[in-house]
Amino acid sequence: MNLLAAALAPVHQQYLLAARQMQALSFAVHIPLVCFGISFPLMVLFVEWLGQRTGDPVYRTLARRWSRIVVALFAVGVITGTILSFEMGLLWPNFTATFGSVFGLGFAIEGFSFFLEAIFIGIYIYGWDRLSPRAHLASGIPVVLTGFTGSLMVIAVNAWMNHPGGFHLRGGQVVDVNPLKALFGNSFLWSELIHMYIAGYMVTGFLVAGAYAFGRLRNSRPFTRYERVALVIPLTIACVAAPVQVLVGDWVAREVAIKQPVKLAAIEGLYKTTRGAPEHLLGWYTDGQVKYGIEIPHLLSLLAFHSWNATVKGLQTVPPSQRPPINVTRLSFQTMVGIGTLLALLGVIYLAVWVRRKQIPAWRWFDAAVVLAGPAATVALIAGWVTTEVGRQPWVVYRVMPTSAAVTGAGGIPVGYGTLVVTYVALAFAVAWILRRLARMPLDLPDGGGTAPATSPQAA
Amino acid sequence: MLDALPLVFVLAGLVLYAVLAGADFGAGLWQLAGGRGEHGDAIRDHAHHSMAPVWEANHVWLIFVLTVTWTAYPTYFGSVASTLSVPLFLAALGIILRGASYALRAGVSTRRQLRAVDSAFAVASLITPFALGTVIGGIASNRVPVGNAAGHLFSSWLNPTSILIGALAVATSAYLAAVYLAADAVRVGERSLQDAFRTRALGAGVATGAIALGGLVVLHGDAHSLFEGLVHGAALAVLIVSVLAGGATLALVSSRRFAAARYSAALAVAAVVAGWAFARYPVLLPGLTVRQAAAPHDTLVTLVVAVIAGGVILFPSLGLLFSLTLGGRFDPHGPPGEPSAEAPALQAMMAGPALGARFAVALLIAGIGLLNVASAAWAHAIGVTCLFAFMVLVFALIVPRAVAGDA
Repeated sequence: MNLLAAALAPVHQQYLLAARQMQALSFAVHIPLVCFGISFPLMVLFVEWLGQRTGDPVYRTLARRWSRIVVALFAVGVITGTILSFEMGLLWPNFTATFGSVFGLGFAIEGFSFFLEAIFIGIYIYGWDRLSPRAHLASGIPVVLTGFTGSLMVIAVNAWMNHPGGFHLRGGQVVDVNPLKALFGNSFLWSELIHMYIAGYMVTGFLVAGAYAFGRLRNSRPFTRYERVALVIPLTIACVAAPVQVLVGDWVAREVAIKQPVKLAAIEGLYKTTRGAPEHLLGWYTDGQVKYGIEIPHLLSLLAFHSWNATVKGLQTVPPSQRPPINVTRLSFQTMVGIGTLLALLGVIYLAVWVRRKQIPAWRWFDAAVVLAGPAATVALIAGWVTTEVGRQPWVVYRVMPTSAAVTGAGGIPVGYGTLVVTYVALAFAVAWILRRLARMPLDLPDGGGTAPATSPQAA
Repeated sequence: MLDALPLVFVLAGLVLYAVLAGADFGAGLWQLAGGRGEHGDAIRDHAHHSMAPVWEANHVWLIFVLTVTWTAYPTYFGSVASTLSVPLFLAALGIILRGASYALRAGVSTRRQLRAVDSAFAVASLITPFALGTVIGGIASNRVPVGNAAGHLFSSWLNPTSILIGALAVATSAYLAAVYLAADAVRVGERSLQDAFRTRALGAGVATGAIALGGLVVLHGDAHSLFEGLVHGAALAVLIVSVLAGGATLALVSSRRFAAARYSAALAVAAVVAGWAFARYPVLLPGLTVRQAAAPHDTLVTLVVAVIAGGVILFPSLGLLFSLTLGGRFDPHGPPGEPSAEAPALQAMMAGPALGARFAVALLIAGIGLLNVASAAWAHAIGVTCLFAFMVLVFALIVPRAVAGDA
């Protein structure tokens, strides 16, 4: 056994950057779909439950409409997720060959989650009108649970890559492997998981709400009770989640500060180890400092360690070959935080208006902001992943295996990358097309407009 | 023993992928070969509706195979995936096409759009089984050495054995699909569809058998050690089972006993995979045995426990899905469920707003204190819980009022 892992020796790969970009593209396409998988089924079930409780046909119609979106996006998520699992071998065979025994279990359990999700989505979607209402509602519950466990497993693997443990390396071989400890005994996991989980609700909530806010702005069809319900539920979720995400983000940042000081230094562009380190807004890192940025004294120490004069380690603590790309990490972090702050503000406004007037904001600018919030939240989501993944470079397994040692020796990466770009552009058009088609299908409400009062069960 | 147990899971997953997802791809092929006019449309619609509720679950078997392989036999996985990257990538593209065509079919309105979507599905159905077949051919004919892309980028999968197994995979898919679709046609009571798929099943069955038997000649010349393994011992025994099951399936289809034919057809495929395993065991790749490739002991134990525990949940769930589907509950004109029972109005569900709001603020403050001020792990855990409770409570305070009546 000892001879063999060495046989998968690192090779020189001319197109390492292309391989990394191909992986990044695959993640960027898949992650927004994951958000829908995490959060949308629960929203659909909630609306269906409201319908069963009240007998109001509006809810049932909405739940049914949304469930079609769930299944269309799940189908696309199945394939983009399959591509990711292929790429574990196609792009990074040495990573998988060396550490498969450590992290692989996470994906095996994720596979089961995925399985159950697929089974019960099938039952839920095709079970409308075929199962009793109670059984139908119950068939959706495993979809919600497996959406959570699936993301738990994937984040567990990612957290392990960022903060590896549960094994020892001896002569390039993993020994003393404890997969459970590697995956779940990792303190880095929980902050990352909660951060992603809330992001899932924000992205889905704002995107779905944005579609109905857009309809209200355009005024192309009357904004009936149906549309209001469809706006209020996802918007409330997103607006409650957005301010909380700021608090969770603070927790994540402190974890990073302790466990990945070099990533933190890259996030700020801090070259020298500094006591009472400042933070720069915007700007560009060059020659060991941030230029053209707005300096806020002590902010980095304050954010990372909650202390005015805490010492923050700089990039100088590691040789240049062990530093991540600074500007990509910095700017993606600032994009995430900037958008996240604006979204939290939007959420606070929404909650404040509710507290004062007991109604949701009806200003046009607010609707416009909600329309923009969906794409913005998606950008923030991807920027956050860029921060953590690029910020981990040059390591695939933090301070254990460099990415360059994980990559495949096979040729043709640019061809594969180009093909995948073309395929995913086509897929994006296809998804946009199907969502437009679904949006235009007529509603099967008794009076077409959903103005029926809440308490008229006979209308169903 | 423990070393080989995950291999049994992988092979079982492969068989299930071949007989379930294979049938799905086969349905795509029949959509292409459905013919013109209304009858052709009926064939395509039937192929789609039969597969729609189950296709996603069927495809997850491939994920299962991949994840168990890289966890239990990491070196093997890395070697195979790097040398055979081209056909694996092609298979992945085919899977994208398959999923996209499924998602798109929900939105089509004109016949032209429908044809375009069905054609995409059909192309996927050709590419994916063929490409995966060539992967197995490359492994089985000793063309994948241990190492990072150590084999040839093209001849590892463009060779007589690979092309044979690729063709066999396509033919098998078409065959399985025709058998299953004929059985489904009986259930929905469509005599003309039943006849159409019966004819197709017989044709595809004969073709598959011919490729399989003729392929032995190819293996004799191109992959002699595999051939030798196949014609001796346990491998030979299961190959005979495969031939018998294949013949029995033809007889069952011919006499319109499609439900039983489903299982004998699946058995024939399973026996071929088992034959391959017996012919090669314990060698995975040249110079790499199962024992050498196996992950450390603790990983194998955890994996086996996880797979068994997962299976305990998975199989009843799959059973439920298949029994509902095969029982006709999901057919386009199946029996409706019971009508909805009525329940109290929404107003009754509202929490007392003033008290609830105070409690929400308290949860928020507690959450901030424990998560953002405190630094102990236990405090963080409680803090996060408080924040989640805060979010749920605020949602419960706002939504019932905001959606109810004409507020």
